[in-house]
Amino acid sequence: MEKRLKSEDKKLSYQKRKGYCAWLLLLPMLVGLLIVAVWPLSYTFFYAFTDASLSTLSNYTFIGFDNFWVNDKGYWYGLVADPLWWHSVWNTIVFAIGSVAIEILLGTIIALVMHTKFIGCSLFRAAMLIPWTIPTVVSAKIWTWMLHDQYGLINYLLIKLRLIANPIAWLADHNFTMLTVILVDSWKTSPFVAMLILAGLQMLPNDCYEAAKVDGIHPIKVFFGITLPLIRPALTVAVLFRLLEALRVFDVVYIMTGNAESTMTMSVYARQNLVDFQDLGYGSAASTMLFIVIFFIIVLCLAMMRADVMKEVR
Amino acid sequence: MFIENEVFLIFRKGQVLQIKIVHTIAILVIFTNSMVIPQSIGSYAKENNKLSISCGAVGIELKLCNAAVEIWSKNNGVKVEIIPTPNSSAERMAMYQQILANQSNDIDIMQVDVVWPRLLSAHTIDLHEYDPDAGKGHFREIIQNNTVDDKLLALPWWTELGLLYYRKDLLKKYHFSLPSTWEEMRTTAKAIMEKERAAGNRNIWGYVWQGRNYEGLTCNALEWLVSYGGGTIVDNDGKSTINNQQAVKALQMAASWIGDITPKGVLNYDEEESRGVFQSGNAVFMRNWSYAWALLQSKDSPVRDKVGVVVLPKGGANGNHTSTLGGWNLSVSKYSKNPRLAVDLVKFLTNPAQQKLRAMYAYNPTYPQLYEDTELLEINPFFSIIKQALSKAVFRPSARVDEYYNRLSYQFWSAIHNILSGEKDPGFALLRLENSLNHIKRHHGRL
Repeated sequence: MEKRLKSEDKKLSYQKRKGYCAWLLLLPMLVGLLIVAVWPLSYTFFYAFTDASLSTLSNYTFIGFDNFWVNDKGYWYGLVADPLWWHSVWNTIVFAIGSVAIEILLGTIIALVMHTKFIGCSLFRAAMLIPWTIPTVVSAKIWTWMLHDQYGLINYLLIKLRLIANPIAWLADHNFTMLTVILVDSWKTSPFVAMLILAGLQMLPNDCYEAAKVDGIHPIKVFFGITLPLIRPALTVAVLFRLLEALRVFDVVYIMTGNAESTMTMSVYARQNLVDFQDLGYGSAASTMLFIVIFFIIVLCLAMMRADVMKEVR
Repeated sequence: MFIENEVFLIFRKGQVLQIKIVHTIAILVIFTNSMVIPQSIGSYAKENNKLSISCGAVGIELKLCNAAVEIWSKNNGVKVEIIPTPNSSAERMAMYQQILANQSNDIDIMQVDVVWPRLLSAHTIDLHEYDPDAGKGHFREIIQNNTVDDKLLALPWWTELGLLYYRKDLLKKYHFSLPSTWEEMRTTAKAIMEKERAAGNRNIWGYVWQGRNYEGLTCNALEWLVSYGGGTIVDNDGKSTINNQQAVKALQMAASWIGDITPKGVLNYDEEESRGVFQSGNAVFMRNWSYAWALLQSKDSPVRDKVGVVVLPKGGANGNHTSTLGGWNLSVSKYSKNPRLAVDLVKFLTNPAQQKLRAMYAYNPTYPQLYEDTELLEINPFFSIIKQALSKAVFRPSARVDEYYNRLSYQFWSAIHNILSGEKDPGFALLRLENSLNHIKRHHGRL
């Protein structure tokens, strides 16, 4: 009896040791994260409660929540009271939902095409990734030129095809700007989503499909009944990845439309305050809010996905 | 005993070893010290004779900067490093801010925009401290603009201003004379545009300018306001003057151009995009800075010798001709290790002889005397127009507001952009703009 207890004790300490070892191995990475992520992030949180300016960094006072909301002679000021901030939150959400939806749809279709075997399919697979490999700065600039209302290729083609009578100012007309930016972003990132889904597709067992074939089930039914449920994990990963990126989008928007209100996202808003207006405090407050909004949305998404999976399990 | 001896020996050996180590370290320290000392003197001397300057790289700017700096460098035996900067002025500002916020001495001399002296005032030196005569002979208005709290923070290098470019050949073809008011410009532009389109030139427009959401729109809109006598956004105390009838009139006029004589795409055009449309022959009139002249007249330009330039039109018969003043200056960083040398280089680069050289490449001098220079007038007939426009030019209100000029300008151009795109009615938009401008002033740049 005593012996058995002792051996169990030993086992536990072995487990413990294993745990310590894991922590030890993780330590360098944790220190790295502390330096490059936690430290700057906490600095941002810290500045959010000051009135620091970029021109006089060392001169600041604590102003509490004044950057977020403050009542001055009956008027509310601060981030929460700024309609432009909420407008940029709204823009970010529209951008994220729009681009992720289009990317998942396009990515799935591309992945399905890629999954079939045809002559030159490996060449096609490599070529598909080109938009993803071009730096966003470059591709956004190329699109800006192609979308130009006077000498842009897109308008020229659309007019030649008689789809439109007069050139459309894609990046100036506030009815089109957001749509244009979403489409350009989808062009760039759909290949990435397609890659993730393709990886999922290639892991699928063949027997389900053979069974379906024997039973003579319609391909569309096969897709919705077999393929889609089976690639769900891959889809979930793709949606999460893309959603995280889309919510902090900056480059494509800033390059194509600058600080324009109609497409201003949270990151563009924060940058404008930090850099253009030199208002480190207010800009940090905006960055903090950006962090909170993204955190909130992602937690919500994860909870929804989890609930979904739980339902399935039951 | 034997063992003791052994131990003793070992002990002694250790001691000897210790002594040896101490000796080696001492020798090494002395040796390295003797090496370090002359080296540090050397690097100090080198540092003392080294400057870095940031020059723009738009067009032939960098080449001219290189050539001029080389001459000074040879004469003074000082090595000068030229640091390339981004073309976009907003990005350039961001780069300076990053460097200056760290109090870094990476850049000694900075090329700064006319609206920046106050924004960067915490980081630049008073040039008068090193030379009480600095700034003499330049246009007084520019020196005033560059002076903050009685400190001269930048010396003017060249000046830019808004001008009206027009197609000489088209005006002649349809027998139109040069418009002197915006209203005349509009009728002329529309008539020529319609006739040219009927003749098969389907892509032609009447008037292009800069309507993107950026500083350039502030410059364009300020010209409309001043030409109608609608004020200069804020008064001398920084209080808003924007909400007035003349301003509403000016903006109603500009908004009515869009889709009529101006393509809707202008709402996303910057300088180069409007020049692209005009230079490819697709516009009758264009508002642009003086830099465009040299490019429009370049060898491969489709509109070469078909272009004329004139001061911008008046707002109605009782209005004013005007143009917004831009241009670049040189400032010396507070964190420079060699401010005296840096000031000397700045003085050299901005002296009349250097500016005359640059004037040959359409970089407008900042000395009134150079506009009388017969040699220059002969080479560049365009000079007399510049001189005329300079006498009527206005500054953006950057010197009148504290650090918050960028915020003010942003509020201004956003409101204007909303009016131009038809999202907001001018009267209502200006009323809201006035509220937010006064609010910015009260909160010293905070919203």
